[in-house]
Amino acid sequence: MIEKQETVVIASQDELLKKVAEMSSSGFRLVLISCTKLNHFQIDYTFDKNYEFKNLRFYVPVEKPEMKSISSVFMSAFTYENEIHDLFGIEVHGLNINYGGKFYRINIKAPFSTLKKTVTSAAVEEGKK
Amino acid sequence: MPKRTIIPFGPQHPVLPEPIHLDLAIRDEKVVEAIPSLGFIHRGLELLVDKKDFNDMAFVAERICGICSFIHGQGYCQGIEEIMNVQIPDRAKYLRTIWAELSRIHSHILWLGLAADAAGFESLFMHSWRVREKILDIFEETTGGRVIFGVNKVGGVKKNIENDVLERIVRTLKDMEAEFKPLANVFIDDYSIKHRFSNVGMLSKEDAYKLGAVGPVLRGSGVSIDMRKIGYAAYKELNFEPIVENSCDCYARTIVRVREVYQSVDLIKQAVDKIPEGPTDQKVTGFPNGEFFSRLEQPRGEVVYYMRGNGTKNLDRYRVRTPTFANIAPLVKMLEGCDLADVPVIILTIDPCISCTER
Repeated sequence: MIEKQETVVIASQDELLKKVAEMSSSGFRLVLISCTKLNHFQIDYTFDKNYEFKNLRFYVPVEKPEMKSISSVFMSAFTYENEIHDLFGIEVHGLNINYGGKFYRINIKAPFSTLKKTVTSAAVEEGKK
Repeated sequence: MPKRTIIPFGPQHPVLPEPIHLDLAIRDEKVVEAIPSLGFIHRGLELLVDKKDFNDMAFVAERICGICSFIHGQGYCQGIEEIMNVQIPDRAKYLRTIWAELSRIHSHILWLGLAADAAGFESLFMHSWRVREKILDIFEETTGGRVIFGVNKVGGVKKNIENDVLERIVRTLKDMEAEFKPLANVFIDDYSIKHRFSNVGMLSKEDAYKLGAVGPVLRGSGVSIDMRKIGYAAYKELNFEPIVENSCDCYARTIVRVREVYQSVDLIKQAVDKIPEGPTDQKVTGFPNGEFFSRLEQPRGEVVYYMRGNGTKNLDRYRVRTPTFANIAPLVKMLEGCDLADVPVIILTIDPCISCTER
């Protein structure tokens, strides 16, 4: 193993914000916010301090894709959170800079992750004709 | 109070080889706010894990970027090897280190050329790129490619470099160093370069750290963080310290890159001295099942790959956080309060790689 990687699963949004604030006050820097679409959305908040790796994990249900922004604690989170909104369609509340689905300035409407499904079903319909 | 005006900057601009857009709010030629936008060349490479075998994804990873292609492939393979608990041969670790450091040299010299061009110093730009050709020739000789190398594989590397060739590479680097030195001295001492880059694009040590800056942007603001220190590949057996400059401006970021060229040459010499004999790859069976955050130091800074396997040939997730993406928030901070005429130089000093960012 190159480095020890610790992942802590956080149960609620309020606890997450509290933990993120603790990370900030103890001198950790935000490395990455990542979203993985499984049966739910897995959101990873990754931090580093003196090469010590810590990851906070939070699950967002697919039926209610909403989460709170951490950009009030880590200003740089706005890029990651706007990207998550555009790619996965998760509504992020409390963003310091909210692009409203136009972080990626292209003609395709956000979120992109539903695009695959739409195209596939359209193609199936086309095939039936 | 002067009127607030919005000026669109990019996506096409002479100083930008790739498209990024900024809405610059200005008052009296001073930038008061900068809002960046991306997406003009978004490719969705991460989604290809649905279609590509995890072994083939190493080739996709290399194609994220044409400059740090090797390190993208290395980061991907390294992550999969961690998930599958594969110990690659030591010689492969050293070869990866040597190719990665060659990538750093060519990326930094490429950037120095672009910086010279942006400052209106065309002869310096051409000489920088002339020196860089020697590195590309080494790539061509050792991998067969000058941009995409295809030598990384899960379990090691596909090609060996014979010891006599490695010694010749060290001699070539010594010649290159001698040719680079007069150019480096221009970047360090020349009045016009200093005048153009000094006290421009200030980013304090605290802001650089808090805003998640990486690479020469972070180290140019006095923060000593370099992911090579976590000891991946052969770095834990090599002797080096992160290059740090403290003036927090465009000049500091330039000098960090100049000094890192010398550092990379030294690291390659150390690696060639220590490289062990033996095989360069190991057979890998089965499919990845688990997750890993693979972190490496690219020429532009820390890159992070999140990989999650599910025991099949396709991964559940392949997420790439590139250094340029991390440097966007610090860039916004650097641009606040700067002169409009300094915007191109400031953007350039984060060494933006939009291909990476739009993976």
